[in-house]
Amino acid sequence: MKITTELIAHISQLSRLSLPEGEQAAMAAQLERIVDYMDVLSRLDTGDIEPMSHVFPVRNVLRADEEQPSCDREALLANAPARDEESFLTPKSVE
Amino acid sequence: MNWETVIGLETHVELATKSKIFCGCTTRFGGAPNTHCCPVCTGMPGALPVLNQAVLEYAVRAGVALNCHITRYSKFDRKNYFYPDLPKAYQISQLYLPIAVGGRVELSTPSGTVSVGIHELHMEEDAGKLVHDPWTDQTRADYNRCGVPLIEIVTQPDFRTADQVIAYLEQLKETLQYLGVSDCKMQEGSLRCDVNLSVRPLGSRELGTRTEMKNLNSFKAIARAIDYEARRQIELLEQGGRVVQETRRWDENKDATYAMRSKEDAQDYRYFPEPDLPPIELDEGWLARLRAAQPELAPAKRARYQADYGLPAYDCQMITSDRVLAQFFEGLVELGAPAKQAANWIMGEVLGALSARGMEPREMCLSAGTLARLIALVEEGKLNRNTAVKVFEAVFDQDGDVDAYVRAHGLEQVNDAGVVQAAVERAIQAHPQSVADFRGGKEKVFGFLVGQVMRELKGKADPKLVNTLLRQVLGGT
Repeated sequence: MKITTELIAHISQLSRLSLPEGEQAAMAAQLERIVDYMDVLSRLDTGDIEPMSHVFPVRNVLRADEEQPSCDREALLANAPARDEESFLTPKSVE
Repeated sequence: MNWETVIGLETHVELATKSKIFCGCTTRFGGAPNTHCCPVCTGMPGALPVLNQAVLEYAVRAGVALNCHITRYSKFDRKNYFYPDLPKAYQISQLYLPIAVGGRVELSTPSGTVSVGIHELHMEEDAGKLVHDPWTDQTRADYNRCGVPLIEIVTQPDFRTADQVIAYLEQLKETLQYLGVSDCKMQEGSLRCDVNLSVRPLGSRELGTRTEMKNLNSFKAIARAIDYEARRQIELLEQGGRVVQETRRWDENKDATYAMRSKEDAQDYRYFPEPDLPPIELDEGWLARLRAAQPELAPAKRARYQADYGLPAYDCQMITSDRVLAQFFEGLVELGAPAKQAANWIMGEVLGALSARGMEPREMCLSAGTLARLIALVEEGKLNRNTAVKVFEAVFDQDGDVDAYVRAHGLEQVNDAGVVQAAVERAIQAHPQSVADFRGGKEKVFGFLVGQVMRELKGKADPKLVNTLLRQVLGGT
């Protein structure tokens, strides 16, 4: 699969990663090699095979609808990169 | 050219579970910021979500009520996007195998029956609330709502008018409230609606380019936004322009929609199966039991009230407009109240008292037992209807004791013909002019004389008896 620099720009935008101009071409080449490696899978005929979403044969893991105490807010906010007394803070993100 | 508006809806409904969809935090509305949170709903690394079984049950109940096919093997997917209302940078939702698909609902509208296809119904988690602080230019994230269970119900583009949309939403709200799966309070955001709208030349089979409208938080706003947006698109096309596929926000103050800054590639959510949640396989026995236990919904109740109690269609509509009212009505009838009397009290006094207090039926303290007793006293001729209304007002707020109140205030109806007769005679003696006028043909004066007799008896007399005796005395002399 051809990985273009436009695709690199799109992916970095989606993942909120900014790549310096100069690194985009190198990244495209590397990513192309990785994706090509995956191409080995395309050689198999998987037409009749159910896609696997989970490794373990586990079904229906459910919990009863019971209220449990929530966490101490201080503890939750302790690891926040930015916070005030009661909230997580983020750069302006409301339109 | 004549244009046709084509509308499809995506409705998000918060489920009325006690705890969140994937953790035990409360779903209560409000609360101090970030106090209804834990590592799961704030997306801490390593936290493991576990599905709340009531969410599954409520979603299936809603799917059954909307005549959907229930997916026997269902699973969750991750919808990836960077926006801090979801701290995990993805929302757990269902894309590939939603819990219910392919339903249909019939709407009765003033202009006829409309059939609306339900594309799908899926389970997902709600997002947190962001508040921007213009002073610090930072955004505060409150995750109390994060992880509150939602179902999203997606219709086919089967609506042509705002009236049909409102009829659908009203019916949906009624259905979900009857099922007890949601309180559907729009003002608290527990029922939210996005409207997809396009226009096309009448008769065309092809769909036009659509826009999506968000931020519609009342039925009124939805109706106005639809009218505005259809007009905007038609004007645009008639002037030779074209509609751009975009998300538009409804501004209630300006009565207009405007384009939200289109986030580049915002639609690329890169869904993939949620590895933390195992698939759901529904057991046929469980599903059959759940189907059997579905409560009777409003349309069935309306039909039954008409057939069994001979109530007018209007009364049935009013009584079943709220599940609590319908239950209250059934309680009254069970306790022996004549159905029509029960209906009249609910439509008149009960709804009046609720509206005067700004209360919802489910907040009402008055029990069916109390009102049934009051109705019985009127039926037995022990209270007249007007006095009963006063008693009703007195006992409404605290579900007071009707008999005790009547005794304490000496309100028993005066049924003693001798006592009423005496009062009639006193009234006639006191108002000879009125009596002369009545005999001269002024029928209107009769009402005045009835009022005088009632006053003599402090309003407690049986009005029928007063009428009869007064006519006898006036006519007989």
